[in-house]
Amino acid sequence: MKIQLHNPKREVEIAGPLRANDLCKQLGLNRESVLLIRGDELVTGDALLEEGDTVEVRPVISGG
Amino acid sequence: MKCHRCEEQAAVEVRHVNAAYCPTCFVQRCREQVSHAISKHRMIRSGERVLVAVSGGKDSLAVWDLLLDLGYQADGVYLGLGIGGYSDRSGACARAFAERRGARLIEVDLAEEAGFTIPQAASTRRTPCSACGLSKRHLLNKVTLDHGYDVLVTGHNLDDEAAVLFGNTMQWNLPYLARQRPALPESQGFARRVKPLIRLTERETAAYCVIRRIDYIVEECPMATGNRHLMYKELLNSLEERAPGSKAAFLNGFSDRLMPLLDDLAERERDAVGTCARCGSPTTAEVCAFCRLRDQATRPPRRRRKIRRGNRPARRDEEKPQKAQTEKTGAPEPSVGS
Repeated sequence: MKIQLHNPKREVEIAGPLRANDLCKQLGLNRESVLLIRGDELVTGDALLEEGDTVEVRPVISGG
Repeated sequence: MKCHRCEEQAAVEVRHVNAAYCPTCFVQRCREQVSHAISKHRMIRSGERVLVAVSGGKDSLAVWDLLLDLGYQADGVYLGLGIGGYSDRSGACARAFAERRGARLIEVDLAEEAGFTIPQAASTRRTPCSACGLSKRHLLNKVTLDHGYDVLVTGHNLDDEAAVLFGNTMQWNLPYLARQRPALPESQGFARRVKPLIRLTERETAAYCVIRRIDYIVEECPMATGNRHLMYKELLNSLEERAPGSKAAFLNGFSDRLMPLLDDLAERERDAVGTCARCGSPTTAEVCAFCRLRDQATRPPRRRRKIRRGNRPARRDEEKPQKAQTEKTGAPEPSVGS
């Protein structure tokens, strides 16, 4: 599946299927600091991400 | 995972309340949390004119959207900070939202208003985030008063407030702790300032924008890299991941149990405020911090003296012992003023 990351903007390929929580673990991300968006829909941690999915990992922390 | 309220497929987990919500129920929950904050802290009274400080980021656009949907008469104000393409893109998000909602957006340009941009202010003794926070507080307060609004709304969320509280507690900065409130009442020279997102985390405000299809600037400000406030947020999120609810407990415990003990200090701080001899803004000094920043930011750069070979002056650290480092924190200072 295609994973879109920010800061810096880039795209990586990760083999699916994979639970959203496991994707965060694999990328070393804190679940509190990101949202996972499949297509244009938010997904919860237990969602199963499939091989053909495009998933944006959007950071939520801002400088204030 | 099912929605905590309606059993539909959930889209957002809110771990600090041990629940998940479908998009419809999540939006409803956000409205309830904002309504609760407004009523608990008496932020906005019926019929008041509200001005929302809009940066083009998720929090300010979310709070503006929520207030409009809750029926408040809310206009927006966007401050152009002169941070190159970042300011261009954030301004475009603010304008697009205003147009979509048919709301009024006031635009103020820092360079036109004060003669400097934030990148220029970065050459002063203040860190860029400190100069930016000071400029925003000064100009947003001025615009609110000049245009006759009753209250200024900012998009500070639970994470922002927890990070500021953490920083102020680390330094036991009692005057700053005394000023950190969800609603700062109007006083001589100051508009009332309120934070209706105090009960929502920034993960929730970002999720709200995604669900509501609000286009906000996702990229971080290029001048905020290494900001101490961001470091505190990361630390608190590490704690939150292991112990959900920690941030809310930290902030709410402060509000409910410690804040009342600081009421006297907060009042003494307000009483100590006078008027800037230059611009008339409230300040505890003769000349306010914003006027001093403007002096420094608009001063022509010093020319280097030519040094003749063999006539090298002693280095500063050879002349006298080094001073302790006194650089100000990059974290946004809690308010009272410029």
